[in-house]
Amino acid sequence: MLNYILRRVLYAIPILLGVNLLTFALFFMVNTPDDMARIHLGAKHVTPEAITRWKSEHGYDKPLFVNPAASGIEKATDTLFVEKSLKLFVLDFGAADDGRDIAREISQRMWPSLVIALPTFVVGLLAYLSFALLLVFFRGTPLDTGGVILCVALMSISGLFYVIGGQYLMGKLWHWFPISGYQPGLDAWKFMVMPVLVSLIGGIGDSSRFYRALFIEEIGKDYVRTARAKGLSDLRVLFKHVLGNAMIPILTGVVVVIPRLFMGSLIIESFFGIPGLGSYTIDAIQAQDFAIVRSMVFLGSLLYIVGLVLTDISYTWADPRVRLE
Amino acid sequence: MMIKPVLLWSDALILLLLATVAALVWLARKNDTFRAPWRQVMSSRMGAGTALILAVYAGIGLLDSLHYVERLPGAPGQTAGQQAQYSGEVRSALDALLKPLRENVEKTYSAPFATHLYAKETMPGPDGREVRDFPRLKHGGAHLADPEKDFWSDVSERAGLGLLGGWVVWLLWRSWFGCRNGGARFGLPGSSCSAAGPPRRNLTLLVILLTAGALIALAPHYHVLGTDKVGQDVLYLSLKSIRTGLLIGSLTTLIMLPFALGLGIAAGYFGGRIDDAIQYLYTTLNSIPGVLLIAAAVLVVQVQIEANAEFFDTAAARSDVRLLALCAILGVTGWTGLARLLRAEALKLRELEFVQAARAFGVTDARILLRHLLPNVMHLVLISVVIDFSGLVLAEAVLSYVGVGVDPGMISFGNMINGARLELAREPVVWWQLAAAFVFMFVLVLAANLFSDQVRDALDPKSGGRK
Repeated sequence: MLNYILRRVLYAIPILLGVNLLTFALFFMVNTPDDMARIHLGAKHVTPEAITRWKSEHGYDKPLFVNPAASGIEKATDTLFVEKSLKLFVLDFGAADDGRDIAREISQRMWPSLVIALPTFVVGLLAYLSFALLLVFFRGTPLDTGGVILCVALMSISGLFYVIGGQYLMGKLWHWFPISGYQPGLDAWKFMVMPVLVSLIGGIGDSSRFYRALFIEEIGKDYVRTARAKGLSDLRVLFKHVLGNAMIPILTGVVVVIPRLFMGSLIIESFFGIPGLGSYTIDAIQAQDFAIVRSMVFLGSLLYIVGLVLTDISYTWADPRVRLE
Repeated sequence: MMIKPVLLWSDALILLLLATVAALVWLARKNDTFRAPWRQVMSSRMGAGTALILAVYAGIGLLDSLHYVERLPGAPGQTAGQQAQYSGEVRSALDALLKPLRENVEKTYSAPFATHLYAKETMPGPDGREVRDFPRLKHGGAHLADPEKDFWSDVSERAGLGLLGGWVVWLLWRSWFGCRNGGARFGLPGSSCSAAGPPRRNLTLLVILLTAGALIALAPHYHVLGTDKVGQDVLYLSLKSIRTGLLIGSLTTLIMLPFALGLGIAAGYFGGRIDDAIQYLYTTLNSIPGVLLIAAAVLVVQVQIEANAEFFDTAAARSDVRLLALCAILGVTGWTGLARLLRAEALKLRELEFVQAARAFGVTDARILLRHLLPNVMHLVLISVVIDFSGLVLAEAVLSYVGVGVDPGMISFGNMINGARLELAREPVVWWQLAAAFVFMFVLVLAANLFSDQVRDALDPKSGGRK
C-alpha cells in the first residue's frame, strides 16, 4: 500500500507540472505581463515607464524561461517561470497584486470556508443518501414517483434561485438569520445555517436521483433476492447489503471532493459574505489579480490529486477485494 | 426600409450546426436502427411534449439569429449612386417581430401589468400645483382613459380574445394533424379520426398556443412581465435571453465533440503510449477546479479582446466573439467526461469479434475507427449531449454572476439575474425580473432534463428496463 501511495505521489508531479505550464502559458505567454500592467494601471496612466515600473514592483520584469543576463545556474532559475510558477510546488505563493502575502491569506481564510463547507458536505451526504434510500424503500409507489418528479424539478432550477430565494425568505421576510456576513467563534453557527440549508436544497435533486438510480440497479441483483429469501427484513437488506454494495460508486464521487472543502464554494461564499477562500478567489477574479488565481488553480489541483489517492484508499476499506499494489 | 443581412460568427456556427444535424438526419432517414429509438422518444407523451417545448425555444433562438442592419435614411442631397450608410445597431428577425416590445421603453421599473411607474415623480397636478405621485406609464396601459375603472375589463377582454385565438388554432391543428393514423392527416377536418383511434390530445401544444395567444394580445399594450431598471420590457429581455442560453448549450457541444470523440476513441482503441498521453491530458485538465480554469481562460480572452478592440466594428460583434470564446473555453475544458466514457467503451469494443475480424482482413485503423467504432459509440455521445445541455444553460447564469460569463452588455439570463438580485431589498420588492429569468430558464431546463431522460431510456441498452 505504501508503495502504491508513493507511486501515486510521483505520478502527481507531472500532472501538477502540466497544470503549472498551462496556467503559465495562459497568464504569461498569451497574456503578457505588459497586458497585466495595462489593466492595473488603467487606460489613463499607461506609459512605457509606468508599465516598466509596475512590472519591477511586482516582480514581473524577468524573462520567461531563459535569463541571458544572469550567470551560471541563474540563467535558468532567475526567470518568471521559476519565480512565479515552480515555486508553487513548495507552497510559496508569493504576494498578491495588492502586496499581501497569499499564503497567509489562505491560512486565515480556509477556516471560515471549512466552517461552511464541512457541515454542508456531511449533512448533505446524509440527507441525499437517506432521501434516496427512502425513495428506494417505497419504490413503485406514488411516493417514489412523486419524489423523482420533485428531484427533476429541483435540479432544473438555477442554483442562484435557491440562494436568492433563501436569503429573501429566511433573512429578510422571516428574520431567522442574518442575510450575510460572518463572525468567528461560537457565534459562527448563526451565519452557517442558511448557507448550509441553501446548498442542501440546491444539491438534493441531482444527488438523490443519482443515488436512487444506483440503489435501484443494485436491488435488481440476485444476492438481494437471496437475502430476502433468507428472511431478512427489507430495511436490513437495504441498509446492510444494498448500501454496502453501492459504496464504491458513492465513494468515487464523494471522497475526491473532501480535500477541496478547504477551498469553499465560490457562489455560496460570495452571496453570503463569508470571508473564506471562495470569496477570496471570486474577488481575485473580479479584480483580475492573476497571482491569486494562479495560486488557487495550483492548490485546487493539488487537493484534487490528494482526493484521488484518498478515493483509492477508501476503496480498500469499502471492498476487501480491492488491494492496492 | 432597406436592410442588409449580417452574419455574426455565432450565426454562422448555428447554421453549420443545423446543416450538420439535417445532414445526419437525411443520411440516417432510411436506417431503422437509428430511427427506432427516436420513434420511441417521440411516441411517448413526455418525449413529444418536451420536444415541442424545446422546439419552440429553438425557434425563438433561430429567429433571433437572423441578423441585419438597417439602412439609414439618406442625407439630403445624397444621390442614388453614393455609398449607402448602415446603422451600427445589429438587429435580428426577432427584434423586428417584437418591435412594439422593444420600443415601448419606460423610465424605470414598473410592475407586471402596471399602468403607473414604480417610483414617484414630481409633476403638475390637476389644479396646476406640483404633486408627487406615480406617473402614468408612457406605453403600458396608455390607451386606457381611466386605468382604475377600465383596467380589468380591458385586460380580460384582450386576454380572452388571445386565449380564444390560441384555442382556435389548436382546434384547427387537431382536426388537420391530430389523428394517430397518418392516413387521415390530409383529409377534411373531423373526418375519419374515429377510425384511426382517439385523436391525439397534445396538451403541451394547447398550453403553448394559449400562452402565445394571450401574450400576442396583451404584450403590445401592457408590460406583461413588467420593466427593468432602465425601463426595458422584461418579456422582451427574456425572449432575447433564450438565444444566449441555447448558444451556450449547443455550440459548446459542437466544439467539445471533436476533442471527446477523437481523443476518447483513440485512447481506447490504440492503447499504449497514446492512451497514456491522452489520459495524462485529461487528468491534468480535470484536476483544475472547473470554474477557475474557465475564469482564467475568460480573463485572458477579455484582455485580448480589449487589446484588439479595433477588429470589431459593432458592439454586437464584440459580445458575439466573447460568447464564442466562452463556448470554446467551456468546450475545451468540458470534453474530459465524455472522453473518459468513450475510452472505456472503445477499450471494450476493441476486443469484440467484429473489430478483430475487420483487423484480420487488413482494414486500416482509420477505417475501423470510422466505420466500426464510431457508430457503436454514438448512443453515448447523444445521451451525453442532451444531458450536458441543461447543465450548460444553468452554468451560464452562474458564470455571468461570477463575472466570467457573457459580455455584460449582452442580454442573457445570467445578466438579468445579476442585474436584479439586489433589488429584492427594495420596498416594495422588485421581483418580476428575477422571476421571469428563473421561470424561462426553469421551463427550458426542465424540458431538456425530461427529454434527456427519454433519450437515455431509448438509446441506452442498460436502462431499457428501468422506468
